[in-house]
Amino acid sequence: MSVFPYIVAGWLLLVGLWGIVTSRHLVHLVICLSVMQSSTYVLLLAVGYRHGAKAPIFADIPSGTQVVDPVVQALTLTDVVVEATVAALLLALAVQAQKRFGTVDPDELGALRG
Amino acid sequence: MSRRARLALFLPAALVLAVGLLWSFADLPPFGHYSGIYGIVLGHVAVAQREATNVVSAVTFDYRGVDTLGEEFILFAAAVGSAILLRAQRGEDAAGAAAERSDRRADVVARPVRALGAALVAPTIVLGAYIIAHGQLTPGGGFQGGVILASAAVLVYASGQYLAVRVVRGVAPIEIADALGAAGFALIAVGGLVFGLAALHNFLGYGISGSLFSAGIIPLANVAVGVEVAGGVTLIVAEFLDQALMRRRSG
Repeated sequence: MSVFPYIVAGWLLLVGLWGIVTSRHLVHLVICLSVMQSSTYVLLLAVGYRHGAKAPIFADIPSGTQVVDPVVQALTLTDVVVEATVAALLLALAVQAQKRFGTVDPDELGALRG
Repeated sequence: MSRRARLALFLPAALVLAVGLLWSFADLPPFGHYSGIYGIVLGHVAVAQREATNVVSAVTFDYRGVDTLGEEFILFAAAVGSAILLRAQRGEDAAGAAAERSDRRADVVARPVRALGAALVAPTIVLGAYIIAHGQLTPGGGFQGGVILASAAVLVYASGQYLAVRVVRGVAPIEIADALGAAGFALIAVGGLVFGLAALHNFLGYGISGSLFSAGIIPLANVAVGVEVAGGVTLIVAEFLDQALMRRRSG
């Protein structure tokens, strides 16, 4: 199955989105966003993969060896860092929501403010 | 909007998105047959051009250093933002009370846990420093090593010495580390301009690949990012721990 990893990425995106839409708890919502973002890791790494190629670390393999794409791996690294910090910021917002409105249910939050 | 209406709106949209994704996946190169030119070129030239054996590091801190600069300031802004949000409703006296409370907590933590936590702190710091220092050679670098360093602070907390975390934290040091790391990387970025080159140009000597001081600015950038990540993550964790302690105190 040459498209299977891409399907996994698409599935993660959709299932995370489903979780966000139906979420009843802000922490759960942040976790669902993390699931969505992990789809980009799978997609990036899958795009850069080559059969039989080594990791792009030339510390112990001769130069000229076929390696997988280092660019998408660097992008994934960026992605992971941004995801972690965004999750921290959103969780801090969830703490504030709990303090200020006494609830972390997104539905009730909308009602309170409206 | 009711949940039912939201689902009714979501499901058709998700279906369209799924079909669109499938359609686009069909046109991607088949898995395992990557043919992008950048990755192949970098795989061949990175060691020769930059003497960096970890090509991912070379991309992150050199070829695409500008992305990392932006990413680094995202990290900085998020850490500061989390701290501001979590401190918004907290007076200094509350934090002091939380620390007092955690002094008593030190007696509550089981002895084996405290012993293991305390014993692991030093090896964790060494591992973090090692991962940062060898970023241009083997898998690792500033981001990974910085998180490992931050986990050393968490270990101190886990072993019941929250007071020690407060001393380490003491408001200033980890925030200064966070800011210094961010500023350090920015300074490295403008360093190229000082020498009449482009910003983020790798302006140092490249050395010999495989040695600790090789690949020009890449190890320096790794150290700057490592300090920043360690400071930022410790700051975020410490603020959340403060919240937990305050809750336990009031609850």
